[in-house]
Amino acid sequence: MVNFVGSSLLDSVRIKDVTCTACGMLCDDLVVARALNSNTLSVVEHGCSRSAALLQHPPAKPSARVHGKEVDHASAIQAATALLQQAKQPLIAGLGTDVQGMRAVLRLADHIGATLDHMNSAAMLRNTLVVQQSGWQVTTLTEVRNRADLIVAIGTDIVSALPRFFERCVWVEATLFDQAPAERDIVFLGGRHDDLGFASSPDGRPAQVLPCDMEQIPELVAALRALVTGRSLPVDQVAGIAMQDLQQLAQHLREARYSVLAWSAASLDYAHAELSIANITGIVSQLNQTTRSAGLPAGGSNGDSSVNQTSVWTTGYPLPNSYARQHPDYDPWQHSSAQQAAHADAVLWISSLDPSRRPPPSDTPTIVLGHAAMQFEQEPAVYIPIGTPGVDHSGTAFRCDSVVSLPLKPLRPSPLPSLSSVILDMEAALHASQKGDAHAD
Amino acid sequence: MLTKLTGGRVYDPAHGIDGQVMDLYIRDGRLIARPGDDEKISKEYDLRGKVVMAGAIDMHTHIGGGKVNIARMMLPEDHRADPVAHSELCRAGCGHVAPSTLTTGYRYAEMGYTAGFEPAILPVNARQAHLEMGDTPIIDKGGYAMLGSDDYFLRMLTAKKDQNAINDYVAWTLHASQAIGIKVVNPGGISAFKFNQRALDLDAQHAYYQVSPRDVLKSLSRAVHELGIAHPLHVHANNLGVPGNLDTTLKTMGASEGYPLHLTHIQFHSYGTEGDRKFSSGAAAIAEAINQHQHISADVGQILFGQTVTASGDSMRQHANAGLANPNKSVIMDIECDAGCGVVPFKYRDQNFVNALQWAIGLEIFLLVDDPWRIFLTTDHPNGAPFTSYPHLIRLLMDKSFRNDMFTKLNLDAQAMSTLAGINREYSLYEIAIMTRAGAAKLVGLHDRGHLGVGAAADITVYTEDADREKMFSKPDYVFKDGTLVVRNGQVVQVTWGSTHTVRPEFDRSVEQDLRGHFDRYHTMKLDHVKVSDDEIAEGGRGRVQVQPCLGRREKTR
Repeated sequence: MVNFVGSSLLDSVRIKDVTCTACGMLCDDLVVARALNSNTLSVVEHGCSRSAALLQHPPAKPSARVHGKEVDHASAIQAATALLQQAKQPLIAGLGTDVQGMRAVLRLADHIGATLDHMNSAAMLRNTLVVQQSGWQVTTLTEVRNRADLIVAIGTDIVSALPRFFERCVWVEATLFDQAPAERDIVFLGGRHDDLGFASSPDGRPAQVLPCDMEQIPELVAALRALVTGRSLPVDQVAGIAMQDLQQLAQHLREARYSVLAWSAASLDYAHAELSIANITGIVSQLNQTTRSAGLPAGGSNGDSSVNQTSVWTTGYPLPNSYARQHPDYDPWQHSSAQQAAHADAVLWISSLDPSRRPPPSDTPTIVLGHAAMQFEQEPAVYIPIGTPGVDHSGTAFRCDSVVSLPLKPLRPSPLPSLSSVILDMEAALHASQKGDAHAD
Repeated sequence: MLTKLTGGRVYDPAHGIDGQVMDLYIRDGRLIARPGDDEKISKEYDLRGKVVMAGAIDMHTHIGGGKVNIARMMLPEDHRADPVAHSELCRAGCGHVAPSTLTTGYRYAEMGYTAGFEPAILPVNARQAHLEMGDTPIIDKGGYAMLGSDDYFLRMLTAKKDQNAINDYVAWTLHASQAIGIKVVNPGGISAFKFNQRALDLDAQHAYYQVSPRDVLKSLSRAVHELGIAHPLHVHANNLGVPGNLDTTLKTMGASEGYPLHLTHIQFHSYGTEGDRKFSSGAAAIAEAINQHQHISADVGQILFGQTVTASGDSMRQHANAGLANPNKSVIMDIECDAGCGVVPFKYRDQNFVNALQWAIGLEIFLLVDDPWRIFLTTDHPNGAPFTSYPHLIRLLMDKSFRNDMFTKLNLDAQAMSTLAGINREYSLYEIAIMTRAGAAKLVGLHDRGHLGVGAAADITVYTEDADREKMFSKPDYVFKDGTLVVRNGQVVQVTWGSTHTVRPEFDRSVEQDLRGHFDRYHTMKLDHVKVSDDEIAEGGRGRVQVQPCLGRREKTR
C-alpha cells in the first residue's frame, strides 16, 4: 500500500520515505507531494535534479499504438506477440525496469529463445569483467559514510553519477567510530571537473585535484599502482601530474586507515577500460596487505543493477546473455546489442524509468514497452505504455553496491500496467496461439 | 483427494520406525491416519520393496543472497560446463558449483530433498536472499540471520546493555529478516577486519569495541535460548581453516556456558598442528568433545574433490585465504556496518596433502560422533563441494569398503596422518534418515517436517533399495512435496513452490525507537526498508511464509 504518512494538506498528500531509482544510490528518504486533483508528484524534500526528472512526469495514459495507429491494449498485445512469434532471433534490450519486471522478462526470454541486453551494459561490463577476471575488494555506502578517512575519486566527480553522495556519505553529522567527518580527505584523480565546491569540507578545506584527460587515466592508474606497490618510476610526471604529487598520494593511501577508491564505469568510456578498473582494484588489493582500503563502483541508472542481479541468479550470467540455444549462454561481445543489431529479426525494447531512452534507430521490427511520456523519432511497430516501478506500481530495486535492495511502492493510483503484467498478457497470447497451431496440425 | 502409499519400508526416526512395512495416507498435503474403509482412495502408489523416508532437509546450504550471486557472477567458466536447457516443465539455467536458483530447486527435489536453509542472511541483504529463494522452486526454504559483527549489537555489548534489550534486538532481527535462526560468523571478527585486525581468537579483544568473541557468543546464545526459538545459535567459529584451530573450537564449545550451540562446517575448524607439515587431524578430539557435551551439535562441511567456490560471511578469513584461490580471483566485501563477505573459488585435489587430509577429517568426524541426532550431513554447499555430491557422501558413510578404496587414492602423507581406514562404522539407513530428516527438522525447528506422523506435511521421498548407495540416493522413484508428486524416477514431473519457514518470538516493539534513530544517524537506508514483508515473499504465487512455533520467551535464565 501507499505510505501516505505525514501531514495532509487540502489539495495534496505528502508521502514520506520514498525511494528514488533515478541513480544507483537509491535514496529512500524523499518526501513527495501528490496533488489530489491531478495525481502530479513533486519532490518536496531530499530531492536532486535526477529525482525530479524521474518523479515529476505528469500522469498520462497514452493509447497503445500499432504502426502509429492507436489501438486497444489487447490488439497491441496480439501485434507484439505475432512479431515475437515470427522472430527467429529476438532481442530484448533496453531493460529499464526492476527486479519483478526482469523476472517476467527472463521467463519470456527463456520461452522464445531471446538474447538479453541492458542499455547500460557497455558500462556495466567494465565492472563485470574485473569481477570475472581478478575479482575485487569493495565496500558499500554505509561503510563509506562511517569509515572512510580518504576518498579518491578516479575519473569522476562522483556526483554526476550519484548526486547526493557527498551529502549522504561524506559530509555527514556523525560517524559510528568517533571520526570527525569534516577531517576526511578528498582527492579527485584524473578527469577534468568544473566545480568541485561540493567536495570542500564543511570547514572550507577544498579537495585535492590532480586532473588529466580521460584518455590518460590508464597510464595514471598504472603508475599509481606501481608506486603503491613500492616501485619507483624514472619519470617526472605521468599524464601531466607531477611524480611528487603521485608519490604523496601513494603515501597518503598507505597511511589512511580506510581509504575508498571510487570510480564510475560509465565515465571510463574508452576501449578496455576494465583494465583501468583492474588497476584501481589492484591498488586496493595491495593496500589491504597492510591497511584497510576498498573500492566503490559508483553509478548505475535505469535499473541496471537490479536487472543484472536478477539475471545472474536466474541464468548464472550477467548481461548481456542469451537463451537462443535453449539454455543460457554468455558471450558479452556476441550478445551485445551492437552485435545483435545485425542479426536480430525482432527487438523488444523496454524502458519504464526514463522516457528519453529510446531504441536505437533500426530497420528491425521493434516493440516498445515504454514510459508513458516516451516520444519517438522513429515510430516503433508496436508501442505499449507501461508504468514506472516505484511511481505507478510496486517493485524492488538494487543499489549500485549490489547489496542493498529496497522495496518500491506506488505513489499514486495509476491506470498504467506494470511490465510484468504486460508480459503475462503476451505469454497468454503466445500460449493461446501455440495451442491454436497444435490444433491446426 | 486421498492418496495411499502402500507397503513401503518406512524409516521415520522421529517415531522410532526403523524399516517397518507400512501404508501411508495423504490428504490435502498432509499425512493422515488410516481413513475409514468407506473412504475412496483417489490414487494409490505400490511401494512394496521400496524405501520410504520424509523429504530430506539441508540445514546449511548457501542458496540465496549476495555472496551466492557474486559466486555465480564470478564463474561463467563453471556454468558453461553444465548448461541446463529448458524442458516442457522446467526453465533453463545452469548447474555445478553455483547453480542458478531454478536449477537449484529442481536438482534438490530430484535428489529427494524438500527443504534447504540459507545459513548466512545479512539483515541488510535479507530481501535479496528471499528474492533468490523465491525463485527457487519446489523446495521449502528459510535461513539464519547473521549477527555478531554488526555495529549496533557490538555497541550494545560494549555499553553492557541489559540482556533483555539484546534479546529484543535479536527478535527484531528475526522478524525483519524473515529468518528461523540466528547465526554468528567469526564472532566479532568481520567487524575487527574492518579495523585492520587480521585474526581474532576466542578471548582476544576487538580493537575498537573491547569485547571478545566469547562475549559475543555468550550474549547471542543466551538471547536465542531466552527467546525460546528452536534452532540453537548457529556458530561459524573464529579461525576458520587455520592449522591449530582445534583449540579455538574446543574452547568455543564451552563459551556459551551451557546454552545450546550449533557449530557449523566443523571440519574446517578441526585442525591440529602435528606432523612435519604442522597440519593434522583434530577429528578425534572434536568428536569426543561433541560426544561429551549434550548442548553441542554440529554439521560437518565435508569437502569432496574437484572445483568449487567458497562463499562466506567471514571476510577476515576469506581475505587471508584469497591467495589460494583457484582460479585466481576473489571478491571481498565490507557491508553496511552490518557484516561482510568473501567469495574465493577453490579446487580441492586428492593429491594435495592438506585437501586430502581435510577430506579424511570430515569423514572421521562423521564416524566418530556417536549421536546422529547431533551431527548433520552437509558440504556447506558450495564451500566443501556442491550439494549435488550428497549421494556420493552418503555412500562414503554407508559403505566402508568404498570409503577405504577412495582413501587409498589419497596423497600418501595424508593417509599416514589419518585414522580413517581403521574406523569400521557404516551408517545405517535409519541413521541417514536421522541426520538428513528427523534430526535436521528438530534442529531447525520445523515441527511439521522431517517426519511421517499424522499431521506432518506430506514431504516424502521413495527410493529403490540398492547396495550402491550413491545410485540409490541420486535418483528417487518418487518425491512428494506437500502431497503433490513432483519427481518421478529422478526427474521433475511437476513444479510447485514451497514455503519459507520463519520464527517470530515475542519482543518489545519499543526497541525500534533506538534502532530507528541509529539508522537515521548512521545508515544510508531507512529502518522500515530493512524489513522484508510477507507479501514480498509470497509475491507472484511463489509460496508463502510459514511461521514455526516458539517455545515462548524465558526471562533472566542466569
